[in-house]
Amino acid sequence: MPADLPLRPVLLRWMVGGEWRAHPGRVIVAALAIAIGVALGYAVHLVNRSALDEFARAVQSVSGEADLQVHATQAAGFDEALYPKLARLPGIAHASPVVEVQATLPDRSQITLLGLDVFRAAQVTPGLIGRPAGNPGQGLRDMALGEDAIYLSQSALLASKTPFGQPLTLSTAKGHYAARLAGTLPGLGPNRRVAVMDIATAQWRFGTPGRLQRIDLALRPGVSLARLEDDIRKVLPPDAELVTPKSEARRSDSLSRAYRVNLEMLAMVALLTGGFLVYSAQSLSVARRRSQFALLRVLGLSQRGLLTQILLEGFAVGVIGALGGLLLGLGLATAALQLLGGDLGGGFFAGSRPELSFDPLATGVFLGLGLAVAMAGSLWPALEAGKVQPAVALKTSGDTVDPRHRPSLVWPMILLGAGGLAALAPPILDLPLFGYGAMALTLAGGIGAMPWLARTLLSPLNRLNNLLPAPYLAIRRLWGAPGQAAVALCGIVASTSLMVAMAIMVSSFRGSVDDWLVQLLPSDVYLRVAGAETGGLDPTAQARLAALPGLARIQFRRSLTLRLSHDQPPITLIATPIDRQNPGRSLTLVRQARAPTGSQVPVWVSEPMSRLYHVKSGDTFVLPLGGKTHRVFVAGVWRDYSRPFGAVAMDAVAYTRMTGDTGRSEAAIDLKPGVAAAGVLPVLRAALPADLADRTDLALPKDLRRMALTIFDRSFAMTYALEAIAILVGMAGVAATFSAQTLARTREFGMLRHIGVTRGQVLAMLALEGGLLGAVGSLAGLALGAVMGQILIQVINPQSFNWTMDTRWPFTLFGLLVAALITAAAGTAVLAGRSALSGDAIRSVREDW
Amino acid sequence: MVRMSEPITAPVLQISDLKKCVPGGRTLFENLNLGLSPGEIVVIMGESGAGKSTLLNLVAGLDQADFGAITVEGRDLLTLSDDGRTALRRDRIGFVFQAFHILPHLTLAQNIALPLVLGRHPGKTALDRANGLLAAVGLPGRGEDYAAQLSGGELQRIAIARALIHQPALILADEPTGNLDPETAERVLDLFRSAVRTSGAATLMVTHSERAAAIADRVFILTHNGLVERHAG
Repeated sequence: MPADLPLRPVLLRWMVGGEWRAHPGRVIVAALAIAIGVALGYAVHLVNRSALDEFARAVQSVSGEADLQVHATQAAGFDEALYPKLARLPGIAHASPVVEVQATLPDRSQITLLGLDVFRAAQVTPGLIGRPAGNPGQGLRDMALGEDAIYLSQSALLASKTPFGQPLTLSTAKGHYAARLAGTLPGLGPNRRVAVMDIATAQWRFGTPGRLQRIDLALRPGVSLARLEDDIRKVLPPDAELVTPKSEARRSDSLSRAYRVNLEMLAMVALLTGGFLVYSAQSLSVARRRSQFALLRVLGLSQRGLLTQILLEGFAVGVIGALGGLLLGLGLATAALQLLGGDLGGGFFAGSRPELSFDPLATGVFLGLGLAVAMAGSLWPALEAGKVQPAVALKTSGDTVDPRHRPSLVWPMILLGAGGLAALAPPILDLPLFGYGAMALTLAGGIGAMPWLARTLLSPLNRLNNLLPAPYLAIRRLWGAPGQAAVALCGIVASTSLMVAMAIMVSSFRGSVDDWLVQLLPSDVYLRVAGAETGGLDPTAQARLAALPGLARIQFRRSLTLRLSHDQPPITLIATPIDRQNPGRSLTLVRQARAPTGSQVPVWVSEPMSRLYHVKSGDTFVLPLGGKTHRVFVAGVWRDYSRPFGAVAMDAVAYTRMTGDTGRSEAAIDLKPGVAAAGVLPVLRAALPADLADRTDLALPKDLRRMALTIFDRSFAMTYALEAIAILVGMAGVAATFSAQTLARTREFGMLRHIGVTRGQVLAMLALEGGLLGAVGSLAGLALGAVMGQILIQVINPQSFNWTMDTRWPFTLFGLLVAALITAAAGTAVLAGRSALSGDAIRSVREDW
Repeated sequence: MVRMSEPITAPVLQISDLKKCVPGGRTLFENLNLGLSPGEIVVIMGESGAGKSTLLNLVAGLDQADFGAITVEGRDLLTLSDDGRTALRRDRIGFVFQAFHILPHLTLAQNIALPLVLGRHPGKTALDRANGLLAAVGLPGRGEDYAAQLSGGELQRIAIARALIHQPALILADEPTGNLDPETAERVLDLFRSAVRTSGAATLMVTHSERAAAIADRVFILTHNGLVERHAG
């Protein structure tokens, strides 16, 4: 006789099948909760994956098929003398010099313009070679000989609306140039906006003579890559860097990784809420069937067999939910790509129309997550059921409520403590994984403490003796069975606390951004020349603008991108007038250092820059600028929400001294008192150089502020949507749990009717119970949400996006939320109570079925 | 003290010097001795709170004695693990409860077949045998019905069929007619007696009912100091 038997499949089928036939609604709600969570997570992942693949293909298409590349660290490029040095290195088979410029088409859409030496490019990046319209065999010859010939990718061709052979005007910081549209670039995909022309023309018309932005390299077969990379780095000037396919992939990934991970984590919130719903459903189901399980134990089902039975029930719910969720997620992702493209609000993939990239690994992961959450939701009820003494459970018909039992705080405190420790841990791979762990542990600890909290909060009410029957019964029951109250509350607390946390974070973020914008935009008018990393407003143009009537002060600045690391996106260098004695007048400083000693040039780094490059106030670091390296001193850290990959601000005078660049791309204009901005705008535009006028934006600060906040709200739209769904899942759980608990008490209501409690009094009791539960749940949700909100603000945001914010409390929203929850909980309880009271009071007190 | 009657064959159940205390230390009973032979029906009576149901729980291995030994077919319950006692219940003991405990979401045939299914018998075989037993307890053709469609007497017939389906050596019955009217109780007891006699299982029943006691071979009164046999007349 075997000591123990695994659960028989036939028994599982009977028990699960019977339970599901009896209560299909509860199974559907639990499976649906899992399905929605899995679907959201899977869909967000697929959309992000597809967008990222598309982005990688776009990068690859601009890069061609080069084995290695040397990139300029800034738009001005590097000296072309590097080209022969690289071409002569022993491991290099071919080298192809490239001029790369951002240009605009006549419709003002952006395009990447590449200038190539076609004979060299044919050896290294043949995908970038054009095909002449109507004469496919003449590509190399036409490009080599026709200095004005330009070739467009399919997408750029559509945007240009220009027939072949006709002139196409391109604009860059250097001005306009009308090239002849000669053909297409069949080697590039349909979504890439790229133009290719002869390198000499590109350098002459758009670039700087003698300077290149890129050199593409093809390696000799069998060459040692590590040694060659070392050899290349030895000959690189300070304003050039080596880029490998791997580092380029890392750079692409880091561009949007934090946003993508955060979005997926938010989608996981819905799944987590679904897990609590499974827990609620299973707890109720187990409590209701306690005597049935006891019978099985008496008849010979082992404790392990019972545990397996309940876990497999959860597993079955998980399988249905997860598979349904994957299908739903696939549909959602397809629809999202059709309707929204690849961008889910972060703006990283705006305008892209990627095709769905199916990801088998992610499919398996999300299936596993759905199953794991469903099993985890069943584990605690299963363990509880296994601990029940069968003889006791048979005698008490499953009702094991014992008001003498005091809820313990040991495990909740351990979980909350672990959550606190996790919040202090550093990020892993630049992601706040411990931060998310802290959120989950805090949530679990908070929900674990619900029985204690319910009893503590209700204790003063429980001591009142002169109560009407309805409140008397309601309070006694909740106080006496806080564990059951906690089961009903866990879904509501989970979803409420997560919503409160998100609301606190978003309102803090939005408020901080708003404050920052007010500080950032103190002037009356702002001017910006698009695509002017080089060139832009020269000293003559600056002097002409400064001399305009009505202007009290005009401050010019240069913004340009700068590559500091081969696997990070470029940072922004801002050269602007900064008062060294009082830099806070120009920048929103969060930390300040003492003044630099000696000849070190002071710079002020943004928060993201400080965190990404590990530089803090008082440090020094090397800045490659103007073809040289300069050791600069970090004189302070400033708040910047607009450049997530980092920015360095320095005084414009120092910048000009280090680079020789006197051009500027932006200006902040203060008007004389009484001068209206609207009247000055046409004057300013008229004073602009002719070749810059159509690329220059003039804006008022209120418009810029409104636009920035619109972008902010748009980028959080997906967040709000995911949160709303999590709340709906939670509310559905509350409704299902309350109705299940109420319907399970039919016998109790029958007894109360027998001893003279009116139907109205029973309904009042249920409404009060629901209201009290809603109130306790709301308070717990607010408290937990406040803690989790701080984790979001102090840990997850700084570790994900490298910026901080000041906490703001959306009290109005809290009030509305509490009122809605109490109303919903009381309403659900009364509705379920009506159903429970609809039967015969005498039948409901029958001992058996 | 009771004089142990000498069993003719090896006892199915042997209880020796059993002592059980309730939480708080009060002794519920002690010096309890009893032996049951195959096919024998023994009834235990006593006041409420005397420990009759506790005695059944001890014999079923659902509770632990403070002193003494209980063997079922020679296996000492005290030496068996929880899994071992579970397996013993599953394979060698049948149960009849006062409250029937028929699972509402299983069909009647599935309810009866539960012990066989737990004992690894194929589902089809178990259901065939359950349907056969349904006829034996006077409910032929009701295998696909559910508990909600039956009266109390019919439910207890189902419970008796479930207790017998796996041919146990020992049947434990706790007030099997406690929830039934006298006439129904009479019919159920007749069925119960004939069924256990046919099966050859030893039966230990606790009850307050004199009608139930009337089907017994021996009747004992449970006292603080063990069992006292009540002789006819």
